[in-house]
Amino acid sequence: MSQSKASGSGEFVEARHPASDQVSTAGAQLLETEQVRWLSIYEQMLKIRIFEEHVNQLYTSAKMPGLAHLYIGEEAIAVGVCSALRRDDYITSTHRGHGHCLAKGASVDRMFAELLGKEAGYCRGKGGSMHIADQETGNLGANAIVGGSAGIATGAAMSSKMRGSDEVTVCFFGDGALGQGVLYEVMNMASLWKLPVIYVCENNQYNEYTHNSETTAGEMSARAKAFGIPTEEVDGQDVRAVYTTAARMVERARGGEGPAFILCNTYRYLGHHVGDIQRSYYRSREEEEYWKTERDPLKMLAEWLMAQGVATSGTFEQIEQRVRAEVEAGEQFALDAPYPDPSEVEQDVYA
Amino acid sequence: MSMLSTTTSQNAGQGVREITLGQAIREALAEEMRRDPRVFMMGEDIAEAGTPFKVLSGLVEEFGTSRVIDTPISEAGITGMGVGVAMTGMRPIVDIMFGDFIGLAMDQIVNQAAKVHYMSGGKLKVPLVVRTTLGATRRTAAQHSQSLHAWVSHIPGLIVVLPSTPYDAKGLLKTAIRDDNPVIFFEDKMMYQLKGPVPEGDYTIPFGVADIKRPGNDITIVATSSMVQIALAAAEGLEKLDISAEVIDPRTMYPLDRDTLIESAKKTSRVIVVDEGYERYGVTAEIAAVVADGAFYFLDAPVKRMGAMNVPVPFSPALEDLTVPTADSVMEVAKTLCGRV
Repeated sequence: MSQSKASGSGEFVEARHPASDQVSTAGAQLLETEQVRWLSIYEQMLKIRIFEEHVNQLYTSAKMPGLAHLYIGEEAIAVGVCSALRRDDYITSTHRGHGHCLAKGASVDRMFAELLGKEAGYCRGKGGSMHIADQETGNLGANAIVGGSAGIATGAAMSSKMRGSDEVTVCFFGDGALGQGVLYEVMNMASLWKLPVIYVCENNQYNEYTHNSETTAGEMSARAKAFGIPTEEVDGQDVRAVYTTAARMVERARGGEGPAFILCNTYRYLGHHVGDIQRSYYRSREEEEYWKTERDPLKMLAEWLMAQGVATSGTFEQIEQRVRAEVEAGEQFALDAPYPDPSEVEQDVYA
Repeated sequence: MSMLSTTTSQNAGQGVREITLGQAIREALAEEMRRDPRVFMMGEDIAEAGTPFKVLSGLVEEFGTSRVIDTPISEAGITGMGVGVAMTGMRPIVDIMFGDFIGLAMDQIVNQAAKVHYMSGGKLKVPLVVRTTLGATRRTAAQHSQSLHAWVSHIPGLIVVLPSTPYDAKGLLKTAIRDDNPVIFFEDKMMYQLKGPVPEGDYTIPFGVADIKRPGNDITIVATSSMVQIALAAAEGLEKLDISAEVIDPRTMYPLDRDTLIESAKKTSRVIVVDEGYERYGVTAEIAAVVADGAFYFLDAPVKRMGAMNVPVPFSPALEDLTVPTADSVMEVAKTLCGRV
């Protein structure tokens, strides 16, 4: 299977180092547009990280009902992929979807409001953490059925093609979705009909509480290749690699050349959901520490930006201040916001 | 969703011809595809083959393979894609050849199509039509003969339509295609050759409006889809016994026209509900409960349910015919309720 699959016993494969020299020639001064892009990407990743830390606090302090599946550790994928998209491109997301929604342009305040079940939320409090949808930013919805949005995403791509539009759809899902048959049904049709859809598999190695070596036979990337879908495997912690690959695949799809599959190897720093605290029965503390210290996407990008002479530690402090202020304000907005009126319960069952 | 309180007139359009239910379906599809370029169909063997029932024959010749799309045998995939296509500006009609196969597409129907509008706080819409079939006695055994409309009638967010005549089929299908909600449209595979008067040209029938197929005073027979003809035949027989039966077809399981059913029950004081789904936990139970609740003080007898037997549909004709209500069995129950045994 994939090279970055770490077993629960703490045997790690060699870390793959950033192979994203395509982005710029090493040593040469980065173009200003690239500087702006990478700093913006850093800021978006940090926003997701801090947003999720606040979600964790809200949840553990009993201010947030339901379930919270945190995206911490995987930020480079959402931001790298969505940075290659236009606002009118579509995404579908997963139960671990806060990062995708934010990266596609959702605002922090309405995200928090939805997580708290408030009327100001993106779904008027009816969707919650696992179902954030935002038509304005092309987000067709996070989906709490594993693999459940594969049909929707592929259908959206079919729609774009039928309408003669050049929109592209990205379908985010985890390695757990590789166990769902519907994914293969729609990948088959996407390839047959050259639909502009990018399947982005976030391989964080765990299907909830079970390592994918116990659930997933054969090669992950071979699945898409079998349908004749161009497939690339990237280091999902390296946002430059993710962005570069996604941008290439998105432009290809936009040009009518059909679907692609990107296998992003990554790691979920925390549990399957916030309540999953005791994890030693399925993975080791050493393994978690390795990813957090050696493979952190924010750290990796920051180090590269500093090496390029684009940023100093002061730059990142400024960014962090700005992001923290935004997240704190958004959280406070949501805490203060009213719940939906009881009359809402029967609204919008039917259009 | 259109829920008008009046039934549409039978003389909309120009000339009225006798055509089959299958032709009425085809006509509705063709007219809607001509009217709206966003409407298209996808399904297994629907293009050149025109489906095994030949209901769609000729459509691919007019609309081409980009709007009458043959798909792989992937019910979950095509239904799920139908949801996504519908959410993004198109109006798909997904063809699921046999109603039994909706089991394969159930997550897409129940967890995706039905939920998107509500879960998104009313922002996203799913104007999807899933056409499929129901009905036994075609000698196709347990996996091609079921009537599973109760499954989807249970789910908030879905509209469920069961036409029983060519006229209703055309008008209801047009309404389904124009509706902004996911609609599951069940056609009785044994009724495709049934003929009836259908106006040329455009007309629609609103959802949630039952149709009194035959007026009567002594007993109400609420019947759906395939069972409407059975109920009408039973009513003919009952008339000879001087029992006047009213036959009502709800036409849509949801929205359900509770008022018309309850008013009829109040008038006749006796009610049988006949439906080809399994009797156990079926739509007959729901309708019987609605009637019993709404007309309790007017009833002279318990509301009686008649559905398919609670067995997998057997292959042998000698056994299969025992599993569904017949005109004779409906008559017998009606006579009992009327104290005429």
